[in-house]
Amino acid sequence: MQMILDGLREALRLLVTLDPEIVRIVVLSLKVSGIATLVALIIGLSGGVALAFLRFPGRNIVVSAVNTGMGVPPVVVGLFVSILLWRNGPLGMLELLYTPTAMIVAQVVIATPIVMGISLAALQALPEMLRWQAVGLGASRLQTVWILVREARLPLLAAVMAGFGGVISEIGASIMVGGNIKGYTRVLTTATVMETSRGNFEIAIGLGILLLLLTFGVNATLTKIQQRERPR
Amino acid sequence: MTHRKTYALFVVAIACAAALFNAVPATAASRNLILATTTSTQDSGLLDVLIPAFEKKTGFFAKTIAVGSGQAMAMGEKGEADVLLVHSPAAEEKFMKDGFGASRALVMHNDFIIVGPPSDPAGVKGTKPSSSALKKIAEKGALFLSRGDKSGTHSKELGLWKSAGVAYEGKPWYQQTGLGMGQTLSVAAEKKGYTLADRGTYLAMKKSLGLDVLVEGDKDLLNVYHVIVVNPAKWPKVNAEGAKAFAEFMVAADTQKTIGTFGVEKFGAPLFFPDAGKKFEDLGK
Repeated sequence: MQMILDGLREALRLLVTLDPEIVRIVVLSLKVSGIATLVALIIGLSGGVALAFLRFPGRNIVVSAVNTGMGVPPVVVGLFVSILLWRNGPLGMLELLYTPTAMIVAQVVIATPIVMGISLAALQALPEMLRWQAVGLGASRLQTVWILVREARLPLLAAVMAGFGGVISEIGASIMVGGNIKGYTRVLTTATVMETSRGNFEIAIGLGILLLLLTFGVNATLTKIQQRERPR
Repeated sequence: MTHRKTYALFVVAIACAAALFNAVPATAASRNLILATTTSTQDSGLLDVLIPAFEKKTGFFAKTIAVGSGQAMAMGEKGEADVLLVHSPAAEEKFMKDGFGASRALVMHNDFIIVGPPSDPAGVKGTKPSSSALKKIAEKGALFLSRGDKSGTHSKELGLWKSAGVAYEGKPWYQQTGLGMGQTLSVAAEKKGYTLADRGTYLAMKKSLGLDVLVEGDKDLLNVYHVIVVNPAKWPKVNAEGAKAFAEFMVAADTQKTIGTFGVEKFGAPLFFPDAGKKFEDLGK
């Protein structure tokens, strides 16, 4: 019990004193996961739109693959991304392993299926009539897609939240491709694990609480946007 | 068509992400140095002191990847690390013999200790040599936590079991955590078991553990750290210049002094003893 209280106190101290090391860790966590979510949104949404409106052979397999991808363990992604990025691996010339960029790449791979799967479900849940109505009123293909995406924007925000929540709390891939390098690739999750293994449980609890506050803040903001207008 | 589009987007996205971050040290490729090391050097906090000093002195950007000695050497064998700081002498000698290392130098030592619950159910306190302490643990069937991760500590432990001549594999009292030193100590503390630990990590974590040092001071328990420069002849992408600079830094007089005083203020005793220039055979005499 005492340790949890100490942890809370430590979290408060980390928050109040704005320790530069902690600030750097928080900023990097937000930056890496934020960019990764943004990229995943672009790819995931385009993929979701394509899967929702196009019919092609093998579509079911692709949809199944996306749905499977929603649950792929980050550590497996981390393993494959590291093998690809090894110096002597196929993408070695990019020299990306143990950089924040490598972490973004891995997190994009993790978040994209999540965003794609949820956007696909959201778009398919729209009434079929809506699409024919838009087409009937003379909307071009692109305009139709735009109208439908706009219509599904509330569940799409849920896709963003799920994607972001998935990557900011993820550790397996971050530690493998980032390496938990002090002041460079150390994020909240990897720092928490390291402080735990160092026996600094108070700091670890503090970092954990900070991570919770951070995800809560981001999700609260997105939820506020989402709930501003009630879906019909 | 969509596939190609998605792929193009993916490439653009990676390029954007790379551009965003390339302002950070990553651009100067040859300035980057990958140091693969054991968890004990990171968990004890020693590298937090040494790495900034090294970077300031040489201008290299050292990426410290803290894994077990076994994995560190595996990275070296594949040319995925430039320089190693490890403590698994037998495996290191094989590594050098197989031509994966360009040079190897003695840096420092401390010692391994057998720690366990203060109640000491197997009665090993003060037992010498350490292998007979393990024999007692096995006879009593007292819980023993092994790292089980091919780290330097793990291979030392396996060597001790071998000299104790005890069959430990598959026994219910012998459990492998597969975790680093710090976490294994925590598991031992929670389960009131025995484990073999390096003194540095133990001292750094002592306050939260409630485990006592039961066996120490045996020559078999010496824990010796070497720095190894990965052989650039095997792997041309290895940053040989940086690796050499790091190896020289580790044995330099200033660094050795820092190593010798590290932890004195906080723990009342040094965690590591500097050994540059000494002979491996002379340690512990």
